[in-house]
Formats: sequence, C-alpha cells, structure tokens
Amino acid sequence: MNAPEDIAAILDDMAGQLAAHVGKHGANAPAMVGIHTGGVWVAEQLHRRLQLDEPLGSLDISFYRDDFTRIGMNPVVQPSELPFTIDDRHIILVDDVLHTGRTIRAALNELFDYGRPASILLAALIERDGRELPIEASVVGRHVSLQPNEHIKLTGPSPLRLEIQQTA
Amino acid sequence: MSASNLQIDSKGRLRHFLSISGLNRQLLTEILDTAESFAGVTAQTVKKVPLLRGKTIVNLFFEASTRTRTTFELAAKRLSADVLNINVTQSSAVKGETLLDTLRNLEAMHIDMFVVRHADSGAAHFIANHAAPHISVINAGDGRHSHPTQAMLDMFTIRRVKGPDFGRLRVAIVGDILHSRVARSQIHALNLLHTGEVRIVAPKTLIPVDAESLGAHVFHDLHAGIRDVDVVIMLRLQRERMQGALLPSEHEYYELFGLTEEKLALASPDVTVMHPGPINRGVEMDSEVADGPRSVILEQVTHGIAVRMAVMSMAMRTTAGTQETEQRKEPLPGKGEAAE
Repeated sequence: MNAPEDIAAILDDMAGQLAAHVGKHGANAPAMVGIHTGGVWVAEQLHRRLQLDEPLGSLDISFYRDDFTRIGMNPVVQPSELPFTIDDRHIILVDDVLHTGRTIRAALNELFDYGRPASILLAALIERDGRELPIEASVVGRHVSLQPNEHIKLTGPSPLRLEIQQTA
Repeated sequence: MSASNLQIDSKGRLRHFLSISGLNRQLLTEILDTAESFAGVTAQTVKKVPLLRGKTIVNLFFEASTRTRTTFELAAKRLSADVLNINVTQSSAVKGETLLDTLRNLEAMHIDMFVVRHADSGAAHFIANHAAPHISVINAGDGRHSHPTQAMLDMFTIRRVKGPDFGRLRVAIVGDILHSRVARSQIHALNLLHTGEVRIVAPKTLIPVDAESLGAHVFHDLHAGIRDVDVVIMLRLQRERMQGALLPSEHEYYELFGLTEEKLALASPDVTVMHPGPINRGVEMDSEVADGPRSVILEQVTHGIAVRMAVMSMAMRTTAGTQETEQRKEPLPGKGEAAE
C-alpha cells in the first residue's frame, strides 16, 4: 500500500468530522492537545482549521511511557505545555499515527496529572492495525493496512509528508 | 578504576554521578536539557511522573544536610520512586558496623540507587566500586572533593538567567575555596561549558595551593575579583571543617570578603548573585544582597529538584535492563577468600 499523499484534503475532512462530533456531543469550548512530535504538527493544522479559542497544548509523553525500564528515556524531552486548565474541559487529543495504543494510554495518564477533563476525544491522522490496548479514535483521517514489518511515519512540519518504511 | 570510566557506561551514558571531572560537555548539556523538561512537572496538578515507579532509592547520609537531602528526596518522589532516608551518624555506624556491611545489608533489601553524602573524599566512588551492578550511585557531597549535583543546579540556574552561551560570561566564586567541594565541582563544570572567565576570590589561607591549575584566575581582593563579573557565587564559610586559625575573625572576613550592595556595584549592572546555602548572614553577605533583586538563591533551591530528577532518571536508565543476578565488578572484600 502506498502512503496517502493529499494530507491537506485529509486534514480538511478531519476538521469537518471533528466540528460535527464536537457539536453533536455539546462539547463547548474544547481545547486541543497534540502529542509530540508528529501529533503537534497535525494538531496545528486542525487547530487552524477549527479556529479554536484556546491556544494549542502539547504533550511529551516520555515520562509516562511503559517501556522506560526496557529502552530508557528519549534523549531530548520537550516540556509539555498545557496553556489552559484541564479541569472540566473538553479535550481533543491529536496524534499522527494510532498503532498499538500505548502512546495514547501514556498521554491519557499525563493529562489526568494536570486535572480532570470533562471529556477526551481522540483524533488520529492515520490509523493502522495492531492495537494492544482497548483504545480507538473518534476521528480518523485514513485507515492504512500495513504489514507487521512496515511502519508509517509523518515528517514535517512543512510540508507534512507520510512515508512507509520497511524494517528488517 | 578511575572516576571517568566508572561514571559512564560502554555507550557513553551516565551510569553513576560521582564527580564533574571525567564527564564531558555533551553529558553536562544533556543533564541540563533533561532538567529543563522536569522543571515543568511542578506545573502539573499531580506534581509527579511515573518514570521510576517501583524503584527504591536510599538517601545514605553520613553527614548532616537538610537542603540537599530534602531536595533529593523530593526529586525521587516526583519521579514516583520509593525513598528511604538513612542517617548513618545516628545509626549502625555508632554500633561499629563497617560501610561495606551497611552496603550489603541495604543491597539485600533490593534497593536500586544510593544517594551518598559522606565527610570523606572518595566515599561515593568507593560505594560505586563495591555496589552490585544494578545499583547506581549519586554523590551528594564527599569531603572536600566533589558535590556534582550542586554544581549542576548552579549551571542550570546560570543558563536560565543568562542564556545558553557561557562563553560570554565572567563568573567569580568567592569565599572558602579550600574547604569547598562545591567550588571544585563548579570550576570543572564552568570550564567544561566553556565559560569565558572563571575567577576564584578568597584570602590566601582559604585557597588551595594548586588553585590556578583548576582552571581559574585567582584574586585575593574582592573589589578586583568581582569587577565586571556577570555572576557571583558566594560560598559558605565552613567553620566545621577548619582546623587552626585560618581566619582572624568573622567580622574581619565580612569587612574584606563579605558581599555588600556597595561592593556589588563594581560588578556588571545585571550581575546575578548565587549561594549554595545555608547563608551566614552578615558573614559572607549582607541580607540586603541575599534578599535583593539580583539574588537567585531560592531559585537555586527550586532548580535543585529538577536537576536531581534529571541525574537520577539518566543513571537509572542505564541500569534499567540490568538484572540483580549479574556479577558485581569487584568482589566484596572478604568474599573471595571465603570460597578458598
């Protein structure tokens, strides 16, 4: 399978789905949070399209990973920035690729260490098979079928490009 | 085994944190960058991250300390580790237990890290050399030798206030250099970070004979020593380590080397004043300076937590995959003979 090329069109579509989803669930004044690094790039695009009032937040989930004891910490950890209160807020959590679900698990734990959100909705640019946790996105840009030895990677921030890589 | 290769593993990562000497600029910068990311943890409602959950850290203090022990304890707790505080001066040592026996007993309790403070230089190295391979050792001050986490929190504070380019900075360290493990570690760290000029300012009796070889310009007059400097680090007079008459009197010391607003006017207009604490007010510095707008003494305390979180998590990372069953580097004295 080839990597999707027209990312702008996918983002337009996601923004439409998000607006509908937020409206349907009455999630007033939502705040958006991207997960470092690719998720922040996607979130920047969606944030602009949705014209949200709250500034964009970002999470680096390195301190919340479940594999620290096996692979250690990332060499450079970006500080997480949530420039709004989490308590009672509707949060749109954004990542580039939803795969095992472990990144989202870590992000949820970190968000709860900042407060008690009213709700969290997950938006992923790409969804692929291989979930290891019961986590699904509410809004998905594209579903991509990949072999277990294939990875899809977002590069950016401008231009945003998707690449499928093979691992030996 | 030398300090440098004991501290760093085969991939160049921090294994123990014993002294600044033996480390390189890249590692110091990594510590500062990692500390920067931990500084944000205090912004969370829940002021901790689960990085070292399930790990046990022992604060092994053979020498009294409040600030250092407390910030190490808080750092460990903000990483979700479990912490034991052992004050050995009040414990088994008085009953005659040797350091190695203390060590073996704690190892038998499956601990993962020792934070060691000891009045003897080299104590942390000794423990690192004899501890089981899955254990990391952090030096929280050994004799007159080294106090590397204090030096790193000072570097972190300087970088936050003055920016990342140490090359344009003049830094003066003022006071009891002779007895100060902090000064030694600071000079090493400042030079590794390519600081423009490092000065040490003290009476002749409180400066080691090899002072210039540490990589610092020596001044015996405070007025000359702080002229045009960007950072002044004041040191505490370590009365408890002084033997014999090194000083005429605290009053005379204050007259000559105590920092006042008047003397501080000689420094750069945006000079920053630091002190590792505890301050002897009216001896090393005037209260007006200590509590004044150019003082970052309390910021240093805050930064101490983030820097200690960084060092602990970095050292624990390299031992994370190590099993307790692996062989120790050097057999414990006495064990080898027992097998024969």
